[in-house]
Amino acid sequence: MYKIKKAEKLTGPNYLMVVEAPRIAKHCLPGQFIIAKEDEKGERIPLTICDYDREEGTITIVFQPIGASTEKFTRLKAGDSFRDFVGPLGKPSELCTDDLEEVKKKKILFVAGGVGAAPVYPQVKWLHEHGIEADVIIGGRTKELILLEDEMKAVAGNVYITTDDGSYGRTGVVTKVIEDLVQNEGKSYDLCVAIGPMIMMKFTCMTTKKLNIPTVVSMNPIMVDGTGMCGACRLTVGDEVKFACVDGPEFDGHLIDFDAAMKRQMMYKTEEGRALLKVREGDTHHGGCGNCGGDE
Amino acid sequence: MADVLKKVPVREQAPKVRAANFEEVCLGYNKEEAMEEAARCINCKNAKCVGGCPVSINIPAFIHEVKEGNIEEAYKIISESSALPAICGRVCPQESQCEGKCIRGIKGEPVSIGKLERFVADWARENGIKPPAPAAANGRKVAVIGSGPAGLTCAGDLAKLGYDVTIFEALHEPGGVLVYGIPEFRLPKNKVVAAEVENVKSLGVKIETNVIIGKSTTIDELLNDEGFEAVFIGSGAGLPMFMGIPGENANGVFSANEYLTRNNLMKAFLDDYDTPIARGKKVAVVGGGNVAMDAARTALRLGAEVHIVYRRSEAELPARVEEVHHAKEEGVIMDLLTNPVEILVDENDAVKGMKCVRMELGEPDASGRRRPVEIPGSEFEMELDTVIMSLGTSPNPLISSTTIGLDINKRKCIIADEETGKTSKEGVYAGGDAVTGAATVILAMGAGKAAAKGIHEFLSDKK
Repeated sequence: MYKIKKAEKLTGPNYLMVVEAPRIAKHCLPGQFIIAKEDEKGERIPLTICDYDREEGTITIVFQPIGASTEKFTRLKAGDSFRDFVGPLGKPSELCTDDLEEVKKKKILFVAGGVGAAPVYPQVKWLHEHGIEADVIIGGRTKELILLEDEMKAVAGNVYITTDDGSYGRTGVVTKVIEDLVQNEGKSYDLCVAIGPMIMMKFTCMTTKKLNIPTVVSMNPIMVDGTGMCGACRLTVGDEVKFACVDGPEFDGHLIDFDAAMKRQMMYKTEEGRALLKVREGDTHHGGCGNCGGDE
Repeated sequence: MADVLKKVPVREQAPKVRAANFEEVCLGYNKEEAMEEAARCINCKNAKCVGGCPVSINIPAFIHEVKEGNIEEAYKIISESSALPAICGRVCPQESQCEGKCIRGIKGEPVSIGKLERFVADWARENGIKPPAPAAANGRKVAVIGSGPAGLTCAGDLAKLGYDVTIFEALHEPGGVLVYGIPEFRLPKNKVVAAEVENVKSLGVKIETNVIIGKSTTIDELLNDEGFEAVFIGSGAGLPMFMGIPGENANGVFSANEYLTRNNLMKAFLDDYDTPIARGKKVAVVGGGNVAMDAARTALRLGAEVHIVYRRSEAELPARVEEVHHAKEEGVIMDLLTNPVEILVDENDAVKGMKCVRMELGEPDASGRRRPVEIPGSEFEMELDTVIMSLGTSPNPLISSTTIGLDINKRKCIIADEETGKTSKEGVYAGGDAVTGAATVILAMGAGKAAAKGIHEFLSDKK
């Protein structure tokens, strides 16, 4: 069992948890993820590592409830436990494993969309600890979806906030900010790291391709085991089939077939929708249209 | 009077009934049937069957006890050699091992050794009989990587010798292929696998789940920082292969590993478990091994019309004859001498069919099997919504790539001595599919057993 030391509601629909997992905390690096399973009957859910404390032996995760399992996670409190919590999975960000002197020469822009701020944060923090100040764009549909602003400001160079509806920071989607920074505000970047919903990563890549900025994205396909034994998370990268859980999750964004990846993400949409309704409606749930026997 | 040339028949669920449930197909012998079958054994002096068993169970001796009705005594004899008899009795390919060597098999059917072993192990479990207690603890720590058949056997044998053994398992349940691969209807998980794992734990073996060696920690750390004096790698061959044909990433194409893991480990077939599975209506399973049969029979039970698509003929099917027979009885359709060339998809990238080509058999290849050759112009399309690729697996390179000084061959298999399990790295032993590539449960157990002996000799010499 993996004890939850802290469970906190963030702004918007998001939650933060600090979980006791000493082996993971000792070995993880930014860019990696964990798989959590709440109880015996639960499914295995991949979540990125937002922060870690090697001394305390803890991992911080940030998540947005979007389905039955993550909805159930929100009901867990400090003192409760995950039955299973495994990792660190995937390859660390190359920024943390490449030659540091080479990384130092680069001007890096991070683009965090929504809950994507969670996996961006440890990378920016790691760079900061190694004397590199990267710029960060944090974007969200509206003000309450902007995450980790203060934390990011403490470790980044410039932080640019943008909301689609203009309720906070700049107005517009992240790609607009990228274009403004590069085309109108005299900034230049050697590398962009974009993490967020697939659609946001897709459009970011289209923009950075135009601007000629190499771009790394962190893919979030469906996973089961997360150790390379099933291929549920496979993606087409360039001409090759890759397993995101072991070959990634970070890839060259300009080589990803996003349209195919997004279609694969939708595979269980019907089942997921039903499962979420069941959790939300609890005892009042009757199985949805077609299954409902009426008020018999 | 029963025909002494024939096995006492074993009771099974009727094909139509079992094709709609996940209950065990084979119901096993009762005590009377077991004693009657045991009486067919002629108790050879130089018993060939023992040589056919990779863990050398004293078969005539345990069968003699069954014949006399001393089932507990029979269990003790099996336990000297095997830690997982309820599993082996069910999943070993006995026809090519113990039963293949049985003298009775020359003129008639061999003694049903597997079913007798199964009966003894099931009886022991139902009557609360535990394996004999281990030797006094010697305080020396050994780590075992992987809790599949190789790891469980190696750990059990080392514990019996007094070692302090910890198994590290990447998944959330121990058992390896016994829990994620082999379906419930061949090998019940709670009743049989969990109980045999408990028996290994009752010998003092500790199991730490959710630890991925190479990620959560490394073999070098286990040896240098955590006080382990030797390591056994039994991490299997779990990396699925795909064909590389167009459309293979479409929605509705699964590796057999994914399909079986969702169903067996995550229990997707039960409503109160959260993991979903695509319940196809028309399913093709590509491949002809035991895993293909397991995937096909699983899809059938989830309500689909199921086709096995295999490029050679029935005679070359690598699956056990019994499995093929069961699959056909249940209604799996065999499309033999057929090879997929493309997965056809609709506008949402979901599978709508598969383009295949008919094959004929040419000259024997390096493996001795006749090589399938395409018949020009024989392309045709199958209408499908699900395709399961069951083309075999290879070892995951994670452990070898994170362990300094551990040599692998060009198939990514760890190089280890067959007799002792010794690898290129001192104190590190390996066995099972991690060394041989995908093989059988009992061969993995045999390798685990050999490595336990190898580790014991190494540690005895060391101090």
